[in-house]
Amino acid sequence: MKISSLKDLEQIKATALPRLELRNETSPETGAETCGLEKGTARIQVLTCGGTGCKASDSAGIAKAMQECIERFGVADKVEIITTGCFGFCEKGPIVKVMPDNTFYTKVTVKDAEEIIKEHIIGGRRVQRLLYTDPETNVAVSDSKHMNFYRKQVRIALRNCGLIDPENINEYIARDGYFALADCLLHKTPGEVIDTVKQSGLRGRGGAGFPTGNKWDFASRSNSDIKYVVCNADEGDPGAFMDRSIMEGDPNSIIEAMAICGYAIGAKYGLIYVRAEYPLAIHRLNTAISQARELGLLGENILGTGFSFDITIRYGAGAFVCGEETALIHSMEGKRGEPTLKPPFPAVEGYKKYPTNVNNVETWANIPVIFQKGPQWFSSIGTEKSKGTKVFALAGKINNVGLIEVPMGTTLREVIYEIGGGIKDGKKFKAVQTGGPSGGCLTEKHLDIPIDYESLGAAGSMMGSGGMIVMDEDNCMVQVARFYLGFIVEESCGKCVPCRIGNKRMLEILDKIVAGKGTEEDLEKLEELAQVIKDTALCGLGQTSPNPVLSTLANFKDEYLEHVREKKCRAKQCMSMLEYTIDPQKCIGCHLCAKKCPAEAIAGELKQPHTIDQNKCIKCGTCLSNCRLHAISLK
Amino acid sequence: MEQKLINLTIDNRPVSVENGTTILDAAKACGIDIPTLCHINLEGTCVNNHPASCRLCVVEVAGRRNLAPACATACTEGMEVHTNTIRVLNARRTVLELILSNHPHDCLVCAKSGNCELQNLTRKLKIQEAPYEGGEKSCFEVEKTVSIIRDMNKCILCRRCETMCNDVQTVGAIGARGRGFETTISPAFGNKLADSECTYCGQCVAVCPVGALTEKDNTGKLIRDLANPNKVVIVQTAPAVRVAIGEEFGNPAGTIVTGKLAAALRKLGFDYVFDTDFAADLTIMEEGSELLGRLNAFLAGDKNVHLPILTSCCPAWVNFFEHQFPDMLNIPSTARSPQQMFGSIAKTYWAEKMGIAREKLIVVSVMPCLAKKYECGREEFKVNGNPDVDYSLSTRELAALIKEANIDFNALEDSDFDLPLGASTGAAAIFGATGGVMEAALRTAYELHTGKTLGKVDFTEVRGLEGIRKASVDMDGFELKVGIAHGLGNARKLLEDIRAGKSEFHAIEIMACPGGCIGGGGQPLHHGNIEIIKARSNAIYREDAGKPIRKSHENPYIKQLYEEYLGKPLSEKSHALLHTKYFDKSE
Repeated sequence: MKISSLKDLEQIKATALPRLELRNETSPETGAETCGLEKGTARIQVLTCGGTGCKASDSAGIAKAMQECIERFGVADKVEIITTGCFGFCEKGPIVKVMPDNTFYTKVTVKDAEEIIKEHIIGGRRVQRLLYTDPETNVAVSDSKHMNFYRKQVRIALRNCGLIDPENINEYIARDGYFALADCLLHKTPGEVIDTVKQSGLRGRGGAGFPTGNKWDFASRSNSDIKYVVCNADEGDPGAFMDRSIMEGDPNSIIEAMAICGYAIGAKYGLIYVRAEYPLAIHRLNTAISQARELGLLGENILGTGFSFDITIRYGAGAFVCGEETALIHSMEGKRGEPTLKPPFPAVEGYKKYPTNVNNVETWANIPVIFQKGPQWFSSIGTEKSKGTKVFALAGKINNVGLIEVPMGTTLREVIYEIGGGIKDGKKFKAVQTGGPSGGCLTEKHLDIPIDYESLGAAGSMMGSGGMIVMDEDNCMVQVARFYLGFIVEESCGKCVPCRIGNKRMLEILDKIVAGKGTEEDLEKLEELAQVIKDTALCGLGQTSPNPVLSTLANFKDEYLEHVREKKCRAKQCMSMLEYTIDPQKCIGCHLCAKKCPAEAIAGELKQPHTIDQNKCIKCGTCLSNCRLHAISLK
Repeated sequence: MEQKLINLTIDNRPVSVENGTTILDAAKACGIDIPTLCHINLEGTCVNNHPASCRLCVVEVAGRRNLAPACATACTEGMEVHTNTIRVLNARRTVLELILSNHPHDCLVCAKSGNCELQNLTRKLKIQEAPYEGGEKSCFEVEKTVSIIRDMNKCILCRRCETMCNDVQTVGAIGARGRGFETTISPAFGNKLADSECTYCGQCVAVCPVGALTEKDNTGKLIRDLANPNKVVIVQTAPAVRVAIGEEFGNPAGTIVTGKLAAALRKLGFDYVFDTDFAADLTIMEEGSELLGRLNAFLAGDKNVHLPILTSCCPAWVNFFEHQFPDMLNIPSTARSPQQMFGSIAKTYWAEKMGIAREKLIVVSVMPCLAKKYECGREEFKVNGNPDVDYSLSTRELAALIKEANIDFNALEDSDFDLPLGASTGAAAIFGATGGVMEAALRTAYELHTGKTLGKVDFTEVRGLEGIRKASVDMDGFELKVGIAHGLGNARKLLEDIRAGKSEFHAIEIMACPGGCIGGGGQPLHHGNIEIIKARSNAIYREDAGKPIRKSHENPYIKQLYEEYLGKPLSEKSHALLHTKYFDKSE
C-alpha cells in the first residue's frame, strides 16, 4: 500500500506495534521472571544478531536451527525468531536474546539452538551456561540491563540496533519511524527544520565535528534547481564499524534523515556512498529503500505533500581517502577519488557541480530522533559544546570489545574500565587511540578527560569517526605510530607532495628506529616533517596524518628515546632489539630446541647447556615455545 | 555590472584585486614572486592546471590554521597574506626536499637539464643537501614510443600532462593510477602509451616541468646520416619553426629567424635546405580543390556529399579522429599533410629530376610537432619499406644540435632556401598558426571559385586564440561558412555537432595544439607564458605580410610542379602521391 497521509502512517504503526510490545526493555517487569510456553507465556520472540560480526560466527545458522526447532516442536505459532542488527557486545557474540524476559545469551552456537528452544522457550528454564558471567563477581547476569557493558550506555544513534528487524520497515515505523519526516513535511518549513537541527547542537559524527545545522543551512542557501543529499558511508578507520552496524541494524533511520535534509535544503536526490566491501549493509539499505519506495515514503509526492525524494546507492572501492567529502564526491562522479581544495565547499559546488550536503551515517541516524523528542531533549545530553552521544567501536586490549554509545562527556576511564571491563589479562593500561589514523594516542593522565570534540582535540587526539583502540604494556608505542603511519602511506591518494612523500619518509624513519638503527636526529626529523605535513598537506586527512606520530612523540618520548639511545623496546615488540637466550642454569641439554630451530642457530652437546648463535638466529621464537623447562627467554 | 574590488595586503603591501583573483595572481600583479611547480595557466586558452598539489606556493594567511596554496586560494576582503615568513620558507624548502628525495639525480644526462622547472627551483631555494635522501624511490619502466619518451621515475605528479590530455585535448590517454607513493601517470591499467589512444600531440611534453616526458631524440641519427658520404640528406622545415627557434638562442619570442635557420641548416651539412612551406602551398592546391569539388557537388544538389570538409594537415588530429570518430573517416580531406607531401614529391619528382636513387636520399623534417615523428613512420607513407620522410626532429632538437655544432646562430648571415622545393608564399607561412590553413585555403578557393581577384587577402576573422571560431565568406553570392578549432577538446565539440547533424559549416580547420603549430609539442617550452604563443602568432602573420606572393596558387614552382609532373590537382598522380586514407583505430 502507498502511504498518502499521516493517518496511513499511523495505521501502519498501530498494526505493527504489537510486534514490538514484547521487546520493551524499559518496562520494569522485563527480566523479572523467566518466560516459557509451559509456564503460560503466550508469545515469545527470540532475537538473533544479524550483524556482520555475529553472522561471521554463523548467527544465521543459529536462527535457522531455532526456526526448525520451533516448527518441529509445533510452537511456531507462539514463538517468533527475529533477526536484528548488532547488539554491540561483539566480544560475546553470537548473541541471542529472548523476549519478553530479556535473557541475553552469549557465544551461542548452532548446537545450542535446540537447548534454548527446549529448555527456555518451552520449558521456561534459562540455559545457565550461555549466560554472561560478570568477571568481577563471577555471578551470571541474565539481562543486559544489568551488565556493566550496557549500564552506562545511552543508545540514540543505535536506538533500533538489536531491537528491530532491519529488513522490516513496519518495525521501524512502529518505533515512530518516518513520523519525523511526516512532521517536517506537514508542519515545518525548511527553515524551521534547519533551525531544529541547529538547536539540537548536533555536530558531524564523521570526525571533524562541524555543526550539522549550519552545514544544511549553507546548502539551503545555494541557489540551484538540482541539489544532492549524500550519506558518507565510506567508513575506513582501522577497526571501526560504527557506520556499518547502523546501516545493518537501522537503515531506515538514514533514509528518513536524508529525506528530511532533502526537504530542508531543497534537494530531490539522495546518494549513499558505501564501500562495496559492506555487502550486508548494502543489502539492508537496498531492502529498506525498496520498502520505503513501496510505501511511498521515497519517490514522488511523499505523504501527498508534493515533496519528492529518492535515494540511490553508490559503491566505493574501499579507499580511506574517499571518506573526505570532496574525494567522495569525485569518486561518485566516476573520477579518481582525490580531494580537491575547499572552497568551493560541496554546499556550493558538489556532486556534478551542484550544491551537495554530505553527512556521515551516524550523523544521519541522530536526525529522526531529534525531531521525535525535540532538540532540547537532544541538547540536554552531552557537554556544553558537544551534544548527544557518540558511538565508538571499542577494540584492542580490552575485555569487552564491541560497539558502544555513550553520552558526550563520559570519561575515557568510564569507557575503558566500566563499559570496556578494563584491560585484558590483568595487564597495565598504556594508551588509548581515538580518531583513527587522524587521531592520537592518549595516556593514563588523559583518562579523566570528558569525551567531546574540544577535549580530545586539546589533548592531542580527536573525536574522529569513533574508533577507540586500547593498548596495554605489551604495545610498543613506536610500533603503534608506525602502524598508523603505514596505513596512511598505504591509503594516501598520492595527490599532494607532503602526504605522498612526506609520510613515506616518516615511515622510513620509524622503520629505521624499530630496526634499532635510529638516532636522536631522526626524532627531530620526524617532528619537523610532521609539522610541515600538518601545515602543507592538501586535505584534512593529510593534515592530520602525522597525529599518531606527534601524539606518541609527545606522550611517549621516553620510549622513543629508549629505542634510539639504548636500542631497547620495553614492550618487547621490536624484534631487532631483542635476543633469545638460553639460561644455562635451567637448560638440561635436551636438544629439542636445536632440533626445532629452522635456522640451525642452536648448538650444544646432549645433556649440556645449549647456546644460541645470535648471528644465525632469525628470531622466530620456535625455541622458546618448545622449551619445556622455560630456559629460553626473550630480552 | 561593475565588479567590486577586494582589498587585501600581501607582505604588508595593500593590494586591490577583482573578485575571484587568486593570491598567486594578486602577488604577481604587485611584483611578488611566489614559486610554483604544478600550476600552469595559459590565459585565454583552456589550459589551466591548478590542482594545488605540489604545495610549493604555500603562503601564510593571518588567522588560518595551516598554510594556503597561493595558486588556488582566492583573495578575500581584508586578507593578510605573508609570502616570505620563516614558516613559509621552511615549508617550501621541506616540500622541495621531499620532491627531490624521490627524483633521480641524473641531471647531467637528463634531456630537460637547463630547462627544468624543478632544477630551477632547487637552485632558487638553494638546496644543496638532501636531508630525506636514502629512502625508497619510484621505480617504473621507461617507455620509448616513436614520438614520446615516458620516464615516470622523474615524474613529480604535477598532473599538468593529465590536464592537457584529459581536459584540454579530451584524449584521455593518460591519468593518475595507483595511490600514495605508488601513484604514477600512465595509460589505463598500466598499458603502454603506444597501445593507448594517444595522438602524440605532445602537449603533455610541452607542459612537463621536468624530464618525465620528453621527445624521442633523433639528433644522433641525423649526425650519423650527415656524416655518411653515400647519402644525400635534405631537410624541410615547418612554418612554425622559424618564428620560435630564435627563443632558444636568447631572442625574444616572436623573432623571425627564417634566414638564419636556413643558414644554420646549411652549416650543419644538409645537402639541400628546403621548406615545408612549399608543400603547404601544394596542400592548398589539393585540399582547396577537394573543398571546391565537394562544394560544387553540393551546390549541384548532390545529397551524399560529405560536408563540412575537415583539414588533415595535423597528424595528431588525424590520430584523434581515427581513434575517437572512426565512423567519420570519410569527412576529412584526403590530402596528406605538408610534411608528407614534401617527402613524397622530394623522393619522386625532385629525386628523378636530380637523378638520385630513392634509397640514397634521406629526407629529414624539422617540425614544431611530436606527432610528425609518428606520422612519417606510417606504413602508407612508405614505398617498398622506404619512408617518404625518413625522420623528424623537433624545433628543440634542432636547436640543441645547432648548439652542439658550435654554430653562433645569431651571428649567421641570412640564407635562402634552395629551389625548387624551397619556394613558398605567404599563404604557406600562416599554416603555423591556428586559422592559417583555413585562411590560405580561402585565398585560393575564393579566386578559383569566383574567378575574381581578392581585394584583401587578409581574412582576419579567422585569426585569434579563441578555442572555436567561425566566419562566413561571400563567394560571389554563395556564403561559405567556415569553422576553426584548436585544441582537440574544441575539435571534439565540432565533430560531435557533425555527428549529430547540427554542423553549420562547409569547411573546418583543426589543429591539435593550442595556438596551432606555434604551440606544438616540439616547440621551445613556453613554461605557461601565453605571451610567447601570442608573439609567435604575430610573427607568423608578419612573415606572411612580408612575402611578395601571398596565395598558394600563384607559387610559380607549384605551377611548374603541376605542369611538369602532376598534371592538375586531384589528378591520378596527385592522388597516388599526395592523398591518403584513414584507418579505424578505435579497437
